Amino acid sequence: MIHAASFASGFLPYPQLALHIPDGFLDLPATLLTWVISIALIALCLRNVQAEYQERTVPLMGVCAAFIFAAQMINFPIPGGTSGHLLGGTLAAILLGPWAGSLVMVVVFIVQALLFQDGGLTALGANIFNMGLIGTFAGYYLYKAIRSSIGMNRWRGMAIASAAAAWTSVMVAAIVCAFQLAFSDTIPLGVAFTAMAGWHVLIGIGEALITLAVVSYIWRSRPDLLFDPPRRRPVDSMPRAISPR
Amino acid sequence: MRQSSRNRAFTVLGLSVALLIAVFLSPFASSNPDGLDRVAQDYGFDEQAAENPPAHQFPFYSIFEEYAVRGVPDAVATPLAGLVGTLATFGIAWSVGKLLVKGDDPARVDRIPPSGE
Repeated sequence: MIHAASFASGFLPYPQLALHIPDGFLDLPATLLTWVISIALIALCLRNVQAEYQERTVPLMGVCAAFIFAAQMINFPIPGGTSGHLLGGTLAAILLGPWAGSLVMVVVFIVQALLFQDGGLTALGANIFNMGLIGTFAGYYLYKAIRSSIGMNRWRGMAIASAAAAWTSVMVAAIVCAFQLAFSDTIPLGVAFTAMAGWHVLIGIGEALITLAVVSYIWRSRPDLLFDPPRRRPVDSMPRAISPR
Repeated sequence: MRQSSRNRAFTVLGLSVALLIAVFLSPFASSNPDGLDRVAQDYGFDEQAAENPPAHQFPFYSIFEEYAVRGVPDAVATPLAGLVGTLATFGIAWSVGKLLVKGDDPARVDRIPPSGE
C-alpha cells in the first residue's frame, strides 16, 4: 500500500521490472525448468554460431547488443499509466539469425542482471527465455514464414512480417510469463493471463514500431547485412515470372 | 576493401546511435510501472520480490543502483550508467562472437570478388 501511494506521487520506490522477473516471483521448479530450457538452447546457439557464422557477423553482434541494451532503457508510456520497452529478440534474429541473435540477447540480460540488478539472477533463465529466446526463435520463424509467403524480396513482405512477428513475440512472452507466475502460485492463472496479455497488447505495438523502424533503415541502407537478405535491390520491380501477380 | 570500410562505418554508426539513446534519451524514459510491474502492484504480489537479491552481493552493486551510478549528481547518474552498460554489452557481445567465429578461412569466400558493384 505504501508502494501504491508513492507510485501515485510519481516516485519509483523499487526497480522497474518491465517483463524482467525479479528474484522471488518464481518457485524452485519453475526456476529450474526455465534455466534448463535456456541453457540447452544457448548451447545449441553456441554450437551453430561456431559452425556457421563468418567473421563479418562479429561487429554486428556488438552493435546489435549495444542497441538493444540502450533501447531497453527507454520505457515508453502506454495508455493507463503503464509503460513498456523494446524486448528486441525478434529484431536481433532478423539481423543476425536465431543463433547469433540469441547470444546477443543473452549478453544483454546478463549485463542487466549483474551490473544493474534488473531482473533477478535466479530468474535469469526465465528472463532469457521469455524476453530473448521466444523472440529469436518463435518470433524469427514466424517472421520468416510470413515474409516468404508475401515475397522474400519485397519490402511489403519484410515490413508486415517484421511488425507482426515482433508484436506476437511480446504477446507470447507475456503469456508465457503469466503461466510461469501461475505455475509458481504467485498469482492465479486467469488473472495473470488477462492482466499480462491486456497490457502487452499495447506494449507489443511499441515493439512492432521500433522493430519496423530499424528494419526499414537497414533494408534501405544495407540490405546485405540482413540474415536473410533480399535477392534483388528492393526498389527494383520484380520480373513478372517471379512476382506472384 | 570497400566492403570492409562500409562495414566499419555501419559499426561506428550503430554504436553511436546506441550510445546517443543510452546517454541522451534515458533520462526521458517513462517512469510509469511497466507491464509486469503494474500487474504485480495491481494484484499485490510485488512484495514477493526479494529485498536483498543475489545481485546485491556483486561489487557492481556498490557502483550502480539499478540504472544509476552512485555518488554522482542525479542529472548524470542514469546517462553514465547507460554509457557504461552500452559499452559493456557491445564489448562482451563482440568478444563472444570473436571467440566463437573462426578466423578468416581462405577456403571460404565471403563474397564474390569485385566485378562491378
